[in-house]
Amino acid sequence: MTEKMQVKLNVNGEDREFLAEPRELLIYALREHLNITGPHVGCDTSHCGACTVTLNGKSVKSCTMFVAQANGAEVTTIEGLGNPATLHVLQENFREHHGLQCGFCTPGMITRASKLLEENPDPTEEEVRFGMAGNICRCTGYQNIVKSILAAANEMNSAKEAAE
Amino acid sequence: MNDMTPERDERAANLKGLGCSRKRVEDARFTQGKGNYVDDIKLPGMLHGDFVRSPYAHARVISVNKDAAMALPGVLAVLTAEDLSPLGLHWMPTLAGDKQMVLADGKVLFQGQEVAFVVAEDRYIAADAVELIEVEYEELPVLTDPFEALKSDVVLREDLAGQTEGAHGPRKHHNHIFTWEQGDEAATNQVMDNAEVVVTESMYYHRTHPCPLETCGSVASMDAVNGKLTLYGTFQAPHAIRTVVSLISGIEEHNIRVVSPDIGGGFGNKVGAYAGYVCSVVASIVTGRPVKWVEDRMENLMTTAFARDYWMTGKISATKEGKITGLHCQVTADHGGFDACADPTKFPAGFMNICTGSYDIPVAYLAVDGVYTNKAPGGVSYRCSFRVTEAVYFIERMIEVLAIELDMDAADLRRINFIKKEQFPYQSALGWEYDSGDYHRAWDKVMEAVDYEGLRKEQAERVEAFKRGETRTLMGIGLCHFTEIVGAGPVKNCDILGLGMFDSCEIRIHPTGSAIARLGTISQGQGHATTFAQILATEIGLPADSITIEEGDTDTAPYGLGTYGSRSTPVAGAATAMAGRKIRAKAQMIAAYLLEVHDNDVEFDVDRFVVKGAPERFKTMKEIAFASYNQAIPGLEPGLEAVSYYDPPNMTYPFGAYVCVMDIDVDTGVPEIRRFYALDDCGTRINPMIIEGQIHGGLTEAFAVALGQEIAYDKQGNVKNGTLMDFFLPTAWEVPNYETDHTVTPSPHHPIGAKGVGESPHVGGVPCFSNAVHDAFRPFGLKQTNMPHDHWRIWETANKLGLHD
Repeated sequence: MTEKMQVKLNVNGEDREFLAEPRELLIYALREHLNITGPHVGCDTSHCGACTVTLNGKSVKSCTMFVAQANGAEVTTIEGLGNPATLHVLQENFREHHGLQCGFCTPGMITRASKLLEENPDPTEEEVRFGMAGNICRCTGYQNIVKSILAAANEMNSAKEAAE
Repeated sequence: MNDMTPERDERAANLKGLGCSRKRVEDARFTQGKGNYVDDIKLPGMLHGDFVRSPYAHARVISVNKDAAMALPGVLAVLTAEDLSPLGLHWMPTLAGDKQMVLADGKVLFQGQEVAFVVAEDRYIAADAVELIEVEYEELPVLTDPFEALKSDVVLREDLAGQTEGAHGPRKHHNHIFTWEQGDEAATNQVMDNAEVVVTESMYYHRTHPCPLETCGSVASMDAVNGKLTLYGTFQAPHAIRTVVSLISGIEEHNIRVVSPDIGGGFGNKVGAYAGYVCSVVASIVTGRPVKWVEDRMENLMTTAFARDYWMTGKISATKEGKITGLHCQVTADHGGFDACADPTKFPAGFMNICTGSYDIPVAYLAVDGVYTNKAPGGVSYRCSFRVTEAVYFIERMIEVLAIELDMDAADLRRINFIKKEQFPYQSALGWEYDSGDYHRAWDKVMEAVDYEGLRKEQAERVEAFKRGETRTLMGIGLCHFTEIVGAGPVKNCDILGLGMFDSCEIRIHPTGSAIARLGTISQGQGHATTFAQILATEIGLPADSITIEEGDTDTAPYGLGTYGSRSTPVAGAATAMAGRKIRAKAQMIAAYLLEVHDNDVEFDVDRFVVKGAPERFKTMKEIAFASYNQAIPGLEPGLEAVSYYDPPNMTYPFGAYVCVMDIDVDTGVPEIRRFYALDDCGTRINPMIIEGQIHGGLTEAFAVALGQEIAYDKQGNVKNGTLMDFFLPTAWEVPNYETDHTVTPSPHHPIGAKGVGESPHVGGVPCFSNAVHDAFRPFGLKQTNMPHDHWRIWETANKLGLHD
């Protein structure tokens, strides 16, 4: 065991402080210290993306970052994207277009998709497929995930146009 | 009363019953990160377990030194076989009638085998302690080839030394497990000897792994005060796990509660019992605290149940015109170090005897030899029903090689050999009774949809252009017509560990007209909470939105054999409909009483019972539900509940016709799927949206298996694909879009005519992708090359055919 350090994170808009070993991975800090269990561990090797969070504005695989590296960061997880009263457009569209089955990849998938649509609000199908290639789903074959993301992009763009 | 009026249509639509693309009720929690998977379970005082695993594939374990690990602060226990043996838990029974070491008992038989189990305050300390345990091994010769294993003097299973009789009959050699024969060998040989055309071909269906995104795990909590064990885990068959835990631990079954929480995909990987489950239970008993074990991805790929690994040699005979006259199939099945296949007891090679496929083959013979090697145990049905994927791959390749031999179009060859619609129920040469089908209709629909003739013309032009040096890509047209056999199964011939493979549903209607139904199955992404409510909505006339479906808690759910082999809809779905009908029968009596007429004078109408001939006089199911709780009805007990344990009279036989159009770059070996057309007939369709999702997913797993996914071993028994770096899981970038279509041929024996669909696309998809690769090279003389067709192997095929010269 190594000596524990004081870690500060802003998670989903809330400041959190806790003691953790520096070698602890961010995913375990979130899941086990903060009880934020939306992000999952699927592979430990940063291939599957089930642990995806947004960290300081970037999509990050939280299984491949030490909590010490994340100290002081702003982190958004699936829990911070929407709430039962007001779902994120992506959450609604994943349900509408059957973009999930077992649900294990879904938090990482939607978190990544939310960042993708910030980076590229009007993507082509090809751009969605490329932009989501870091997130593996074993159930859906991706077709409906892609459909969900494109539909969400459309809806967000229509809402933006209507507001302008 | 059966005329559909707009008013009636509206009432039916409000139910969201059969045939409705109802949105999933599961999605609210999954899209908000509120799923509850095994690793999300956190109990007060919970400890973490981790394994010391063997780096060797075959070795004696000379000693295990725990001292340094035990000295590490935070380590509570280190268990070895020696610690488990007084409890009789150092070995456990497998689902295939064999036994398997829980922790290495003197030797190890595959790389990654469990040697010791560390229990510590957190997962980091447990991992540190694993590093501190010193195990002394003595290496033994390694056998990774089943043919070599059958000749070798090296005895893998010393515990079975001298046993010439196994769970499935005589053993021919110390590394032999069983021989399973079906059909008539003499008659088949006679047909072959006298046939106009006979083709022989050998193929290897490589070893792979189901690899659900969530790995396997469990949390055991022994309550010493009350003597109750609670076991949460990734169980596709929670009730069977409860019975097994009771049998091997001696804890009475009523004192064990097994819970399958949300499961992050199964695909067969979570059917069996693993050492981790047993060790978490023992560790909880030993420490008096809850113990969690969750494997990592490498452990999952290297040690939990693999799939396939079948060496298949076929012989098919036909007339010169292409009418098939006989089929012979010989399989050598590599089962690894222990026989831990998950098959019904009487079927040690699963339903491999569906290998006559969709064709009317008068005589056939199948023999399967199971063999021990130094590889991980398993042999589960990875998104298929008990070796059906192997069977369909075999016959769909044999058809293709026969077409080459006859110089015939493979689509025509299939067409002239299909079992005809009027032949159902059809008795196959290898013992099955196919319940229903209309293969010609499905096939013709697909051929027309893809413009098959046009594709062949284009392909021929491409070959000419290639020969002229104008293009470096070839075009392959992959065909497949598959017949599945799912819904295991009738108790008369299907059991696992002696437990009949029926399934169950228990329904309670609440006073205000909503309901809860509990089933013996467990969803792993299939959307049972959505679809089973739809079956019930149509059966009992209450909205699906008012029906809660609950599965996976053995304290509350009725006994059932779980979810795998596409059995949930055929078996538990049938139980659901039958229990619903019991509810309806009682509701009819209540309605008649309330309407003051004879029972036979009312009839069911969507969501109500109406007086025959007087539709204005009715009682809705909601009113009837309330009446059942507040009226004293002579001759009837209060309440409205029902339970059904359904023993299916037969399996169901979904089928489908698939076409894949592929362009292959002969210089890079990269295949590009241009089009994939999938027609599935799963009988009555419960939720078209979910069916389509299942088909997309199954096809993508087929894409993976056919085009790159494998678990390979080197000669020392090292796993070469133990991480997602090496084990191919396709991403959104690689996979194509699929076109889906359907016909509907209801199962005649299923209460609602449904057949199951989740595995069809995988079963049919693998040969379709593989046939496309083969077909591209057919004009250049390719007859057979083994999967997975990754870029390197495709390039190599092109190279061997001289296409790079």
